[in-house]
Amino acid sequence: MSLKKALKAASPLTLRIVAECQVTKARACDLILPHCSVSTPVFMPVGTQGTLKGITVDQLEGLGCQICLGNTYHLGMRPGSDLIEKASGLHGFMNWKRNLLTDSGGFQMVSLVELSEVTEDGVKFRSPYDGKEILLSPEKSISIQNSLGSDIMMQLDDVVSSTVTGPRVEEAMHRSIRWLDRCIAANKNPDKQNLFAIIQGGLNAELRKACLDEMTQRNVPGFAIGGLSGGEEKDDFWRMVTLSTDYLPREKPRYLMGVGYAVDLVVCVALGCDMFDCVFPTRTARFGSALVPWGSLQVKHKQYAKDFQPIDPDCQCPTCKRHSRAYLHALFKSDTAAMHHITIHNIAYQLSLMHSVRQSILEGRFPEFIQMFMKRMFPSRDQYPSWAVDALASVNVKLE
Amino acid sequence: MKLELSRVVKGSRLGVLKGLGRMGQHSLEVPGCLVYTHFGTVPHLTQDTLRTLKNLPSVTQVTLSDIAEHQEVLEEFRDGFRKFAGLPDTVLYCSLHDPAATSPTGYTTNKTVSVWGSGGRIELTVAKFMALQKTVQPDWYQSMADGETWQNNTSRKRVRKSVDRTLAHLDECLLVHQNSQELEGVEVFGMVEGGDILEERIRSARETAKRPVAGFCLDGLQTGSLQQDLRTQLTAAVTKELPENKPRLLQGVGRPDEVLACVEAGVDLFEGFFPFQVTERGCALCFSFDISPDSERAVLELNEERDAAGDLQQNGDLDEPTKMTYFEMNLKDKRYQGDFRPLVEGCGCYCCKNHQRAYLHHLLVTNELLAGVLLMIHNTSHYHSFFGALREALANDKLDLLKRRVLGRPGQTERKE
Repeated sequence: MSLKKALKAASPLTLRIVAECQVTKARACDLILPHCSVSTPVFMPVGTQGTLKGITVDQLEGLGCQICLGNTYHLGMRPGSDLIEKASGLHGFMNWKRNLLTDSGGFQMVSLVELSEVTEDGVKFRSPYDGKEILLSPEKSISIQNSLGSDIMMQLDDVVSSTVTGPRVEEAMHRSIRWLDRCIAANKNPDKQNLFAIIQGGLNAELRKACLDEMTQRNVPGFAIGGLSGGEEKDDFWRMVTLSTDYLPREKPRYLMGVGYAVDLVVCVALGCDMFDCVFPTRTARFGSALVPWGSLQVKHKQYAKDFQPIDPDCQCPTCKRHSRAYLHALFKSDTAAMHHITIHNIAYQLSLMHSVRQSILEGRFPEFIQMFMKRMFPSRDQYPSWAVDALASVNVKLE
Repeated sequence: MKLELSRVVKGSRLGVLKGLGRMGQHSLEVPGCLVYTHFGTVPHLTQDTLRTLKNLPSVTQVTLSDIAEHQEVLEEFRDGFRKFAGLPDTVLYCSLHDPAATSPTGYTTNKTVSVWGSGGRIELTVAKFMALQKTVQPDWYQSMADGETWQNNTSRKRVRKSVDRTLAHLDECLLVHQNSQELEGVEVFGMVEGGDILEERIRSARETAKRPVAGFCLDGLQTGSLQQDLRTQLTAAVTKELPENKPRLLQGVGRPDEVLACVEAGVDLFEGFFPFQVTERGCALCFSFDISPDSERAVLELNEERDAAGDLQQNGDLDEPTKMTYFEMNLKDKRYQGDFRPLVEGCGCYCCKNHQRAYLHHLLVTNELLAGVLLMIHNTSHYHSFFGALREALANDKLDLLKRRVLGRPGQTERKE
């Protein structure tokens, strides 16, 4: 058996490229993971605390979701990895039968916790629950994720805000590479759990390239593009994405972290990304914002009080099949179920968008799909965001 | 609407309410309870999650306190509340107030009552009240009533006034009702008032019974307003005055011990809000109502949980409706943190079949919305099953056994420590 084959057999992940767009860098794949096969491009809803905001696992499965996220930082704090391990991992704890991806905890640490300090050992922080000082090292992150039993684990990376420039970005990139090696060494379940590397390097093309060169030499089953979607200019964002996919190996999945706006999804699929996650669709739902092919609809706004149509007449989700904008508008004043209705609709919207994208790739008409999608999303051509126009032009799609 | 009683055992009535709904296609077993909703939605539940519950009662309750502020919308919609809310085929019952909420007092006049919605107080005259009924298009509704007598120390004069006003409202409602084509086939429930004064209760019952109503609502006897002994006594006195062939609905009472006592006092129907209150305090119903021959073991296990809730207060102070009762377990309690059992062993609800106490504990301490969803599923299921057991006990002469199961035997439960 060749070395390559042996390695492939060892990792619990198989990527089958089903179709590649002849014009853009888009591809449709079957990503076979321990709990089920995932059709890509895929949007992964975020279930931070081991639950997807008011939605039961049966409802989530009913919507066709094949993989969702859990947050290592939150779950490691409460209820803690020991307890989840006793419950047969996060799958058992939340009774989710399909795939789970867990992040490393590093991002929350830096974004949520004050007084966190990054050293070569890891991220040091004070627990918001008992005030104790805790070190999240690469080993610790992987140990928690091993307890959670997720199908895909993320390496601990040194996260720097995407708007920071200078030597700190370079330091973070190099440290992320060193931490990747420590994470790989720490993984107790390489036969059951996939560890993804995270490409860093900020908005600096040379640093990104250097990181890509190093990380792609490691034997990991997949790669994430990190350090983006943090308030940087969209012009910088898409250039870093496309640079990354240019150098990432074709036969491994590419996960663009923290991206979930419809336009961003379609453009970044064209740039060659397979997997996405974002809290936006579910968070915005709880504020009454329903996602629709023409943008969003603020259900709580007065103009919908007497609007007896569904949120989107063409949508096939349980909410749109049963309830009107007017009823949901009124229900927001009486019960939390109103939020659940919009959450269900928004997840259905994201999943159905990705399904349509995939179908169009399979049928060789993804460029046409992009044209239609943009026309529906924006009232006129001059409202297309210039970054999206440029990004799509870079992969040979000239928006009409 | 036709009430067919199959048995009456020492005041408790077992039967079926038939011919419900405009087509008369629905029925409801009594003693029974209605489906409690917020604006047509069972709290926390979408239709998908609601439909995991088997054998839900066929009658859904909505309240004018939720609906009144949306009158204009419903008028424009024209097809009634059931269709507006996307409700499946169900009998719709429209009441005035939300049984799980306490309304401020002091706003009632000779001609008006007030309801409180999300946008504040809305004053209803009979004309507005009836206009609302025409847009809601329920299958039954309760007539307008002055029910402000539940507070302690309400004077005899005030109680008498409430009875008089409520009868006057009923007559006015019936007059409008009879002249409204839109309300053809819709049933009216008369409201029995009278505070805690026996003579006024009897007067209210007798006078209401003279009117062409389909059934009766007993108002002003809700949990927190008076002791159960007095409630039982007043309820029994009222039901004695009411025609046997019409249903009696007791408002604002939902605790299992109070339900049992009131069923014996001749009550047929209850509002289903109790599981919601239990859910809101992060608790799960866990009392036993198993009257099968070998249920002893299960009962002992359940009693372990109930010990944590303290003993049943039978003659103590009046309970706050929001206070945890003897019938539930507090899942926020740390002892459930690593407890991988279902909420109630053997329970067939979606929550118990799929999730464990430890998970519910986690959802509660992290303030996750799914906690409310799963608890509401379990509590609703458990509560409606209790009513099923109650009917079974009445049918098989096992009411005493059921009471022992439900009420436990304070002092005799085995404490595990």
